[in-house]
Formats: sequence, C-alpha cells, structure tokens
Amino acid sequence: MSEVLDHTHETNDGSDSHATPEVHGHDDQAEAAHGAHGSTGLSNNKLAMWLFLGSDCLLFGALISTYMLYRGRVQRGPNPNSLYNIPFTSVSSFVLLMSSLTMVLAVTSAKRKDDRRTRLWLTTTALLGASFVGAQVFEFTSFYREGLGFTTSLFGSSFYTLTGFHGVHVSIGVIMLLTIVLLTLRGRIPGDKAEVVELIGLYWHFVDIVWIVIFTLVYLIPS
Amino acid sequence: MTTVDTHDNHAAPIAGHEAHADHGDGIYIKVALVLAAMTALEVGLSYWAIPAPWKTVSLFVLMGLKFLTVTSWFMHLKTDHKWFSYLFYTGLILSICVFVAMLTCFQIWAK
Repeated sequence: MSEVLDHTHETNDGSDSHATPEVHGHDDQAEAAHGAHGSTGLSNNKLAMWLFLGSDCLLFGALISTYMLYRGRVQRGPNPNSLYNIPFTSVSSFVLLMSSLTMVLAVTSAKRKDDRRTRLWLTTTALLGASFVGAQVFEFTSFYREGLGFTTSLFGSSFYTLTGFHGVHVSIGVIMLLTIVLLTLRGRIPGDKAEVVELIGLYWHFVDIVWIVIFTLVYLIPS
Repeated sequence: MTTVDTHDNHAAPIAGHEAHADHGDGIYIKVALVLAAMTALEVGLSYWAIPAPWKTVSLFVLMGLKFLTVTSWFMHLKTDHKWFSYLFYTGLILSICVFVAMLTCFQIWAK
C-alpha cells in the first residue's frame, strides 16, 4: 500500500499520470486496447477526431456562406427555384438520416462485442450512404441537362462546390465503412475495435449534420 | 486519500468512454423517428404558403433542433466527456461567427 501511495505522490507531482499501472489496474495491453490516453485522461484518438470535426465546420461554413452569397447571382442558365426537386432531395435526405441510425446501431453492437451485427449495420450504413451519393450524381446529371454547368453562373459554381464537397465526404465515409467491414472479417483491427467503429461513426454523423444544414439552407429556404 | 485522488483521474475517461454504452437500441430508433418527423415537417413547411420571414425562422429552428438531436444522441455529446463538446462547439461557434461577419461585410442581410 505504501508503494501505491509513493506512486501516487509521484503522479500528483505531475510527471506522468499513467505511470502507475498498479494503482489503476491497467497494463500496457489494456492501455493500447482503449487507445492512447494523454494527460487529459481521454482517448487521444477521440480528441483528435472531435478536433478534426470542429475544424471541418470551418470548411463547410466557408462553402455554405459562399453559396448564400452567390445563390442569387444567376447571369444565365436556370435559377435555384426552377431547378430543385424538393421531393427527390427529401427522400435522399431521409436516406442519409436513417444511415445515422444504422451507424449508431453499429456502434452499440461493437460495444457489445457482437461482430456479426456490427458488420451488418456497418454494411447497411455503407449501402445507404452509397444510395445518397448515387442520388446526388443523378441530381447533378439532371441539373447539367437542364443547363446548369459548373461555370454557367456563380450560383452553379457555388452549388456544385458545396454539395460536391459534401458528396466527397460521404464517399470517403462509405470507403471507410467498407474497409472496416473487411478488416473485421479478417480480424485485422489493432486495439479497441469498438473505438475504431465509434470514430468512424462520429465522422459519419458529422456528414449527416452538415447535410441537415445544407438541406435547409440550400433547398428549403426560399432564395 | 491520495489513492482515491489518483483513481479519480481515471474515472473521467472511463465514464466518458462507457457512459453511452448502456443505451438500448430502442432509444436510438425513437430518436430517428423524431428526426424523420422533423424532416417531414420541414418539407411541409417549405410548401406552406406563409410569409417568408416566418417560414425562414421556423426552418432555422427545426434545423437547429435536428442538429442538436444528432449531436446529443447519435454522437453522444449528451453523455460523453465535456471536453469533446468544448472542442466541437468551439469550432462550430467560431465558424458561425467568422462567416456571419463575412456575410455582413458583403451586406447580404440588406439584400
């Protein structure tokens, strides 16, 4: 016990709060399994992901405000009100929203160490995400046929840049989801599997909340 | 006494990591249904012939509610460690402030 107390004093002096496995009941393996924890005591991976998501808000903030600025600048070509197909976009928004549900179910399954259900929900999420991207490609194609190219007007440029960047984010998410499904099948995920699924889940939900904002500001609010 | 203090240092991450592990799947399905209902309401509002300012404010409110619902429940910010909320909302608020200032410079509100 005195050894424990000695270690504790060392910790309180500020050297390394994780240097006392006897006190915390952790060993190096357990530490690796839960992701590296810094002096905050929180998972560094999760902190980094939240920091990335916070900074990604700035990217989408820039793209959304540029769109808001330019959506009325239609020198030639179709204008937003004549172009948008609200029922179609509503369905694709619903699909993305439901993919957030399947993602959170994948995270809870991973926490329960139920690999089969985790893979099932991850695959479902990837399929829903791929459907959303497919709908976006269809929408872009129909807009192009109606005369809205990337350089047709400032509205066109800002619209394609904003929704295109979001589509790229969704596509990257789909690739990550399919990769994690393959890795779990082969049992090649190092460390805490549940945390890896949770980190991808955070990214996926972020993509969803960005679409919540885009759907309202771009499609529903009258210009 | 000091042993307890040291243990507390580790209590936070464990709580932050596992606090949301106990939610059943049912709660997430209910949250998803609420989100679907709010989306349907949004789409219905966009077709409803009400004055544009009212429509805009209502859509903004619904958008904010949907955003907070996803971050609180699906992203677990409601139960996770506060540091994650601070990191995310700092970026978000900074983003909103910078771009509201930018749009103000371009006099978008006057249009």
